Amino acid sequence: CDFKSNVRMRNPAMDSSEPGQLFDDTSTSAGPQGAGHSGLDKGPVAYTGQTVLSDPMSNLAMAYGSSLASQGKEMMDKNLDRFIPVSKLKYYFAVDTLYVGKKLGLLVFPYMHENWEVCYQQDTPVAPRFDVNAPDLYIPAMAFITYILVAGLALGTQNRFSPEFLGMQASSALVWLIIEVLAVLLSLYLVTVNTDLTTIDLVAFSGYKYVGMIVGVLAGLLFGKTGYYLALLWCCASIFVFMIRTLRLKILSEAAAEGMIVRGAKNQLRMYLTMAIAAAQPVFMYWLTFHLVR
Amino acid sequence: MAFTLYALIQTAVLFTNAIAVLHEERFLSKIGWGAEQGIGGFGDDPGIKAQLLNLIRSVRTVMRVPLIIVNSVCILLLLLFG
Repeated sequence: CDFKSNVRMRNPAMDSSEPGQLFDDTSTSAGPQGAGHSGLDKGPVAYTGQTVLSDPMSNLAMAYGSSLASQGKEMMDKNLDRFIPVSKLKYYFAVDTLYVGKKLGLLVFPYMHENWEVCYQQDTPVAPRFDVNAPDLYIPAMAFITYILVAGLALGTQNRFSPEFLGMQASSALVWLIIEVLAVLLSLYLVTVNTDLTTIDLVAFSGYKYVGMIVGVLAGLLFGKTGYYLALLWCCASIFVFMIRTLRLKILSEAAAEGMIVRGAKNQLRMYLTMAIAAAQPVFMYWLTFHLVR
Repeated sequence: MAFTLYALIQTAVLFTNAIAVLHEERFLSKIGWGAEQGIGGFGDDPGIKAQLLNLIRSVRTVMRVPLIIVNSVCILLLLLFG
């Protein structure tokens, strides 16, 4: 796992970059600029400040209002963190251009890639920008939005577009995504797999098929129906292989994942589950795009 | 194919209702899906049937009261807004 060499290769200029840091620290560079600007603004503000702050009632009201606002913000932050794990979400967005490029290439052509394991660093998975095998949420989110826009474009070229179509298509695709993630969660629970796949990981894996759908629809727009079918066939095969190779390491036991044929009903069931999840992707890809290309 | 989020919520409520109305004595035990038949062996691998029975039993226990509330809200919304 060449995680350390990646870090040194990409951050040669940063002196205090630890491998565990998710995002680059740019706060110090903005310091001197802020001080300079506030020095300039102090002049006119001081004038109007005199007239406002001289009235003790409005002074009190301003202090009370600001304390109330900060209290409300604190409460909202605390409650929001209970429902949506914001700190965990940040991990999935720690990507950079190189990672996105490599991952998109992997989604369309996964046949040459050999090492599919996720690198770990002291029991926590490494941030996606350091390991091309780690799942992220940036590509699925962007691909989802792009898919909605491309769907609108496709219908617009056929004069079937209306503005509420975008909203309906978005909610349809979102509902199918939720149904797929819930079905995968249910089947993982029934087969009692001891895996470290979180729900957000499953959302990320289910969102990778939107890239293939976009390629298919764009090919259909440019080259007609034959182009759409060819591109969709290629992307379906790639997503199938990608899913199987990625999920095999997470769901199957260690021995079976390395290629040795391990007999036993449990491993067979898990292999069937992996293949079912991977086979559901092309079905969804076709289902969500065939009505867009005429 | 036009799914809205509200359709998803309706589907979820209907499914949970369907699981919640399965009666323990009259139905589940008759077809061999009773609660005591699921906890067969205490081995390492419960198996699919035991997991399924466990899931049905836990849904029935946990979701009873929230389902009453959610169903009342849905009935109210349907009465008011059609």
